[in-house]
Amino acid sequence: MNFALVLFYFFGTVLVASSLAVILVRNPVHAALFLVLAFTQAAGIWLLLYAEFLAITLVLVYVGAVMVLFLFVVMMLDINIDKLREGFWGNLPLAAGVGILMAAEMVALLWRGFGHAGVMTGPAPPVSYSNTKALGRVLYTDYVFAFEIAAIILLVAIVAAIAITLRHRKETKYQDARTQLAVRASDRLKIIKFPPEPSANRAPDTGGPT
Amino acid sequence: MIPLSHFLILGALLFSIGVVGIFMNRKNLIVLLMAIELMLLAVNMNFIAFAHFLNDLSGQVFVFFILTVAAAESAIGLAILVALFRNLRSINVDDLGSLKG
Repeated sequence: MNFALVLFYFFGTVLVASSLAVILVRNPVHAALFLVLAFTQAAGIWLLLYAEFLAITLVLVYVGAVMVLFLFVVMMLDINIDKLREGFWGNLPLAAGVGILMAAEMVALLWRGFGHAGVMTGPAPPVSYSNTKALGRVLYTDYVFAFEIAAIILLVAIVAAIAITLRHRKETKYQDARTQLAVRASDRLKIIKFPPEPSANRAPDTGGPT
Repeated sequence: MIPLSHFLILGALLFSIGVVGIFMNRKNLIVLLMAIELMLLAVNMNFIAFAHFLNDLSGQVFVFFILTVAAAESAIGLAILVALFRNLRSINVDDLGSLKG
C-alpha cells in the first residue's frame, strides 16, 4: 500500500462523507460549506491523477466563484427551513432504495470491467511534463471551435443572469441611451436672432466702477 | 499507481449520492442545485480517470467544457431562484405549480 493509495482513501472518504453531509444537513449554508469541502477533496484526487490544471481550476472557479455565489444567494434569501424540511425523512426509503440499487449496480459493473489487477492508471508523466501547456496546446488547436462556443455560452449566461435579476423601479432615475443618442442639437438649443435695439438710458460703457 | 476501478467506483458513489440528494431534497431548490453539482463532479472524476488511464488529454478538455457549462448553469439557476424568491417569497418547489401570465 503506497502513499498515493493512502492519500486516495483519505480524500475519497472525506469526499463521500462531505457529499453525504451536503444532501442531509438541515441548514443550506452548512450544505454549501460542505460542498466546498467536497470540491477541495475532489481537487486533491485530481492532483493524484496528474490533472494539475483542472484541480486548480476546480478550486479557483468552483470554490472561489460558484460556491461564493451559492453562499451569497443562500444568505440573501430569507428561507423558512421548517417548511422545506417537512416530509424530508419520508423520502428516505425510496431515495435510499434507488441510490443503493444504482450504486450497487454501477459498482458491480465497474468492478467486473476494471477491477483486474492489470487495469491500473498510467505511470507518472516525466518531471518536465507541463499539464497546463499540453492542455492549452490541445485546447487552442483541436478544440478551438468548442472553446469559442464555451466563451459564447458564458457570455449568454452573464447576459441572462443579469436580465433575469434586473429590477425596474419606478422611482429610480436612469438614462435612456437610445434617446440620448437620437437627440440633435436643434432639439436642445434654439438660436433666436433679433436685431439689437439701441437703448437711450444706458450710459456708454467706459470701464469698471469708480 | 492506483487502480482505475477505485476512481470509477468513487465517481459512481458520488453520482448515487447526488441522485439520493435530488430525491430527498425535493422541495429545497438550493440543495437540488447542489446535488446537480455533485453529479457533475462525479462525471468529471470519471473523465479525468480515463484521461489518465488512456493517456489522452481529450478527457481533460471535456472536463474543462463541463466546468464551463456547469458554472453557467448554476449562475442562471441561482438568478432564476432569486427572481422567484422576489415574486413568491418562497423557494419551495411545490409553490411553483401555477402558471400565471
